[in-house]
Amino acid sequence: MKAVDRQVTFTVVLFVVLLFIPTFASQYIINIGFMVFLYAFLATAWNILGGYAGQHSLGHGLFLGIGAYVSTYLFVSAGITPWLGMWVGAVIAGVTGWFIGYLCFRYGIKGAYFALVTIALAEAAVYVATNIQAIGGAGGLEVPWKGNNFWIMQFGSRTGYYYVALVAAFLGVLLTLWIARSRFGYYLISVRENEDAAEALGVNTMKAKLMAITLSAFMTAIGGTLYAQYFTYMNPRSVFGEGPSVQILLFAIIGGIGTVWGPAVGALILVPIAEITRAELSGSFAGANLLIYGLILVLVMLFMPKGVLGILGSLGKGKKNSPGEIGHEPVGSK
Amino acid sequence: MTTALFLQALVSGILMGGVLALISIGLTLIWGVLKIINFAHGEFLMIGMYLVYFLVAKMGWDPYLTLIVSIPALFLIGVVIFELTIRPILKYPAINQIMLTVGLSLVLQNLALIFFKADVLFAQTRYNTALTIGSVVVTSGKLIAFIGSILATFILYWLLQNTDTGRGIRAAAQDGDAATLMGIDVSWAYLLAFGIGSACLGVAASLMIPFYYVSPTVGEFFGLIAFVIVVLGGMGNFLGALAGGLIIGVTESVGAAALPGSLSRVLVFAVFVLILLYRPLGLFGGKQR
Repeated sequence: MKAVDRQVTFTVVLFVVLLFIPTFASQYIINIGFMVFLYAFLATAWNILGGYAGQHSLGHGLFLGIGAYVSTYLFVSAGITPWLGMWVGAVIAGVTGWFIGYLCFRYGIKGAYFALVTIALAEAAVYVATNIQAIGGAGGLEVPWKGNNFWIMQFGSRTGYYYVALVAAFLGVLLTLWIARSRFGYYLISVRENEDAAEALGVNTMKAKLMAITLSAFMTAIGGTLYAQYFTYMNPRSVFGEGPSVQILLFAIIGGIGTVWGPAVGALILVPIAEITRAELSGSFAGANLLIYGLILVLVMLFMPKGVLGILGSLGKGKKNSPGEIGHEPVGSK
Repeated sequence: MTTALFLQALVSGILMGGVLALISIGLTLIWGVLKIINFAHGEFLMIGMYLVYFLVAKMGWDPYLTLIVSIPALFLIGVVIFELTIRPILKYPAINQIMLTVGLSLVLQNLALIFFKADVLFAQTRYNTALTIGSVVVTSGKLIAFIGSILATFILYWLLQNTDTGRGIRAAAQDGDAATLMGIDVSWAYLLAFGIGSACLGVAASLMIPFYYVSPTVGEFFGLIAFVIVVLGGMGNFLGALAGGLIIGVTESVGAAALPGSLSRVLVFAVFVLILLYRPLGLFGGKQR
């Protein structure tokens, strides 16, 4: 059996196993499960652009917010089911992503400058949303509870949301598996490793990067709708801001950037830690979970710069876990 | 908008712009020399402001006397953080450096939240006297902050231009390898640049306390705005950062007077993105991409 088939088989088996967790697990575990899948999915979406194409967006909150706000606004104002609104938000986010990508790549913005543009746009979105009264301004939007009904993506117990997020994460991983083996994926990696060389060999790097950012934004917005349906409340800071933007990529970075399983592994390790810290300490220490995220991030960057999977991969191949192999340019070198 | 309102916004913007320039000069020094974007820059400022706030509000110091503590304290904090976290990753890819400083900012911000709670603190000082010039009203604290910031900027500029240490730092910024060959201790220059860049925030903190509140998230906005200014002025460009600070200060202030709500912030980020797209080396950069 080829390696890729083995990976697909593994993914499917894992998916089936996870389907049975809710039959015996407590609602608390199911809640953590939902968050793991949601963040695994979001980080997987980020990873397509940040990991494979090597364009590090620090502003994915923009797409998350578009997904959350569009589906919720359509639901609240026109009664359109989030199952449909989700795709509307995803298309709007995809087009937005394409446009941002077009501007940036057209003008040769990359590396740290790309990160700064994306962070600035997400931050600008916070203030734009704050000033639009139709979507609640600074007060934000609430998803009204209309009763346990699959067709409007509202569930009486957490189990329903668990399954929705599980399917999203499953499809996200499958998609990444496909990308990693496809011509598109090789184009992305060639852009990341050496854009000029890729261009010289006839790769349409502009097109590859645009496809990556569009797909990444599209998927992130779908995650935004799931976020909105589960937490039933959003405000400009909580979805568009720097916090969610950083959280999305955190899992990919810590798990292992540019790998199929990195984002999922990162979410699997970090989300439970953060949730337990939040549950244990939030009474006395607000912000304890973000403090833990920050500490882990600093330590991982210092001691295992390629992430958890990077370490494992290096052990297997007997290579040193040096970041040089990732092949990105240092800041400022142009 | 009436002329009086415009003048008021213009003057307030220029005064605040001076302080923004000082904050950005710390960032541009670090960025220019180490080629590292310090996403924790705003959080260093926040630490400085808490320090100054406690000296002023709890121990009754004059805000400007706190400079003798805030400058060395921030220098030391910068140096320690540099040695522990930044130096080991100087050769790593950009994304690692960015994520490390993002991690630092999360840690510092949430530590502040745990220690100081989310309360917004404001120190009462005797520098709230209003001075009226024509129709324009400014407080003495803001005027002193402006003058102090400009003064600090020029002193630092002069030191970098005219002392051996300053020349060493500038040489390290231009070409680390060549500087090493010329006998300059580049690793020492890096340390100094990071320390001095942080110390600028100590000065800014002391100058701001008479008229600005402190909270755990106060650094978030200043950190971002400093990026805008640094990019506007050109990375590593001192006088560019000064001009950029004034431009952004006025844009925000006049924008706030003219636009509803907090849309002036959107204006600031729009300026930022446009500059990055069309003049990525800054308004005053030489050869553009």
